Amino acid sequence: MDGTNLAIAVTGLHKSFGRTRALDGLDLTVTQGEIHGFLGPNGSGKTTTIRVLLGLLKADAGTATLLGGDPWTDVASLHRRLAYVPGDVNLWPNLSGGEVIDLLGRLRGGLDTRRREQLIERFDLDPRKKGRTYSKGNRQKVAIIAALASNVELLLLDEPTAGLDPLMEATFRRTIEEEREQGRTVLLSSHILAEVEALCDRVSIIRGGKTVETGTLAELRHLTRTSITAELAGPADGLHTMADVHDLHVEGSRVRFDVETRSLDAALRQLTAIGVRSLVSQPPTLEELFLRHYTEETARANGKATTS
Amino acid sequence: MTTLVAPPVTGVGTLLRFALRRERIRIPIWVGALTLTTVSTVAGFPGLYPTAASRQSRAALMDSPAATAMSGPGFGLGDYTYGAMLANEMIGFLAIFVALMSVLMVSRHTRHEEEQGRAELIRAGVVGRHASLTAALAVTVFANLLLAVILTVALGGMGIETIGWGGSALFAASLAMVGIVFAAVAAVSAQVFEHGRAASGIAGGLIGVAYALRAAGDMGIDSLSWLSPIGWAQRTKSYVDGTAWPLLLGLVVAAALVAAAYALSLQRDVGAGLRQTRPGAAGASDVLSTPLGFALRLHRGALIGWTSAMFLFGAMYGSLAAEVETFVESNPEMQEFIQQVGGASFTKSWLAAIMSMLAMVCSVFGILAIARMRTEETSRRAEPVLSTALTRTGWVAGHLTVALAGGAAVMLACGLGLGLSAMASTGDSSLLTGLLGAALAYVPAVWLATGLALALFGLLPGAVHAAWAVLVYALFVGMIGPLLRLPGWLNDLSPFFHVPQLPAADFSATPVVLLAAVAAGLVAVGFAGVRQRDLESV
Repeated sequence: MDGTNLAIAVTGLHKSFGRTRALDGLDLTVTQGEIHGFLGPNGSGKTTTIRVLLGLLKADAGTATLLGGDPWTDVASLHRRLAYVPGDVNLWPNLSGGEVIDLLGRLRGGLDTRRREQLIERFDLDPRKKGRTYSKGNRQKVAIIAALASNVELLLLDEPTAGLDPLMEATFRRTIEEEREQGRTVLLSSHILAEVEALCDRVSIIRGGKTVETGTLAELRHLTRTSITAELAGPADGLHTMADVHDLHVEGSRVRFDVETRSLDAALRQLTAIGVRSLVSQPPTLEELFLRHYTEETARANGKATTS
Repeated sequence: MTTLVAPPVTGVGTLLRFALRRERIRIPIWVGALTLTTVSTVAGFPGLYPTAASRQSRAALMDSPAATAMSGPGFGLGDYTYGAMLANEMIGFLAIFVALMSVLMVSRHTRHEEEQGRAELIRAGVVGRHASLTAALAVTVFANLLLAVILTVALGGMGIETIGWGGSALFAASLAMVGIVFAAVAAVSAQVFEHGRAASGIAGGLIGVAYALRAAGDMGIDSLSWLSPIGWAQRTKSYVDGTAWPLLLGLVVAAALVAAAYALSLQRDVGAGLRQTRPGAAGASDVLSTPLGFALRLHRGALIGWTSAMFLFGAMYGSLAAEVETFVESNPEMQEFIQQVGGASFTKSWLAAIMSMLAMVCSVFGILAIARMRTEETSRRAEPVLSTALTRTGWVAGHLTVALAGGAAVMLACGLGLGLSAMASTGDSSLLTGLLGAALAYVPAVWLATGLALALFGLLPGAVHAAWAVLVYALFVGMIGPLLRLPGWLNDLSPFFHVPQLPAADFSATPVVLLAAVAAGLVAVGFAGVRQRDLESV
């Protein structure tokens, strides 16, 4: 990867709050023009990472480069080139949504008024309502419009669609697609895996403040398992001795098992050697990948608790 | 089939235990601090005033308009016992803080809860319509009764001559009565105003009104004192010839206010005020889009409220200037005393003393303005703002400008109110310029309190409220200090103590410049701290 076209380059980032270690050597690389999915369980350090990138928190160790600058020292110049949508939007009770959009846009260095009107219409927002009277979803829309109405190079989105209805979520996806066409870079932290699968070019999964997987969705799929259900012509010999076969269930001539993608070919050869009457295979989904990492984390955390 | 209707206070027991748990640190601190202040002051009496003659000379000092306006009506000055001294000189000071404790506690458990959206979570449970308000009032009444019991035991147990059990019980009960009345006041204002800040601000302002009313009443127009709960507390005449019935008056008024609060609460939705919010502008004006304009918008309500309130307080006290003259004319000893001292007129000394008190109150605006930045930070509203090209320095500078300029404006409005009204009341037009000058002279001291709040915000953001200590200490030195004959260095710790006493004394630049320099140093520390630290979003 060419170092000059990196929008975000983070290596070995550490950040502790008292005794809590929020980031424990996190790495993150986002190239310019890509939409990068940022996944991880609650409390894994996604928001902390974004706050370090925004210069709101000072990292204890490690390096972070944002659009070629230092997020802690080059605040004003960097922030003119990026926009941020927080996951938990809290508005001022006495300011209207329209005022907040303008205020944040102008403090960033100006906003595209045509784009602003277009987005307000598209997201169906009443800009005259005061902060307190907005629902959670509408507060989220205010932050999204404020961020997208500016002409910036980089969008940092921290669970931006939390609270949006499915219709608005679709609108959001369409809008982000347009942003991609404009050549903008997006870091999208999200729990909505369908959204990540639909939008993201590459994905980083973090856990316990460390990056555990990073790559394109296709690359990551190689790391996971395919579920196979088959009706066989003969007894299911040989399968239980295969290295990458898991959760094997045999009921008469029916077999059901999961196989690691790298041994899929070998497993299928074994099945056809026995003779296949019917076969159903389910490709790995991001959700499975995600769940596997979540449960592994839980298992590991439990193990740690008992040994230490 | 019969339908069971749950009573409107269903769940109040659970809510009360919950409220007590949330107050388990605050109640002991309030009760402990108030008791300790009282007991340590009283403990100094026998050493400071060992003889009846020394007590009578103190009584002579208290028989002045300034002392009457600051402290109380002066019951028992004829035989100024330790008990009479305690009741006359401390009850007003203590009543302010007891009332403040109650107002903050009730607001915290009612309107602030609704504002944060936590009340919805509670009201969705098996909880009656009136349960939240009832629990808030109950926990506050409990805190006041606890204070009354502990104060009675502490004072009675000291075994100081004339400070007996009966008098102490009446004294402590009078304070608790003030606390309970203001709990009821806060319960009403929590129904009327949609913002917690406004609800507690108005109720807090009424404490000031109650104090000013009794000052006016005690200086001559006696009926005014009967409009003030603090006046009722003083009129129990504890340790002199105690009468308990003003306590009943307080309880009746409190009950009526609570009934009004319940009735008002039925008129509105959870989270809403009695007034509906109007829609705002569809876009931001050019002024709002600047860091300063944005800060000004956030502090606008508070700034308007504080300038007008302090103007009115100034005007209220200024209108008493003529009373001071009458007081002196009818008192030949006083006239003699003034002639001996020479120099400033008595009215001017009185106005200078009032100005000093009002200046301390004016400093609250600046502390609140800085504390507001902390609220912006912890409520995560600062986060999107600081993610724009606005730097932390620029963000702080916007708020600080409003805090400093606003603090000066509040101070000047107060001086203007005091000056105009003193001029109108005495016909002496030199008082207006003199008091405006006095207000200006206090501005650096007010800024010092703001600067301290900013330094704390930069270095120890969680402790930003410790800046209140300056104000509480200044009030203590100003109101109780003379009674305790504090050593000079303890007085010197209060920034307000150094300000030249205009218009009674001449202006001297050195202390004012020094105060401004300390304020500037604190501001610099605050800026450096804010630039270095993490933004916290708890």
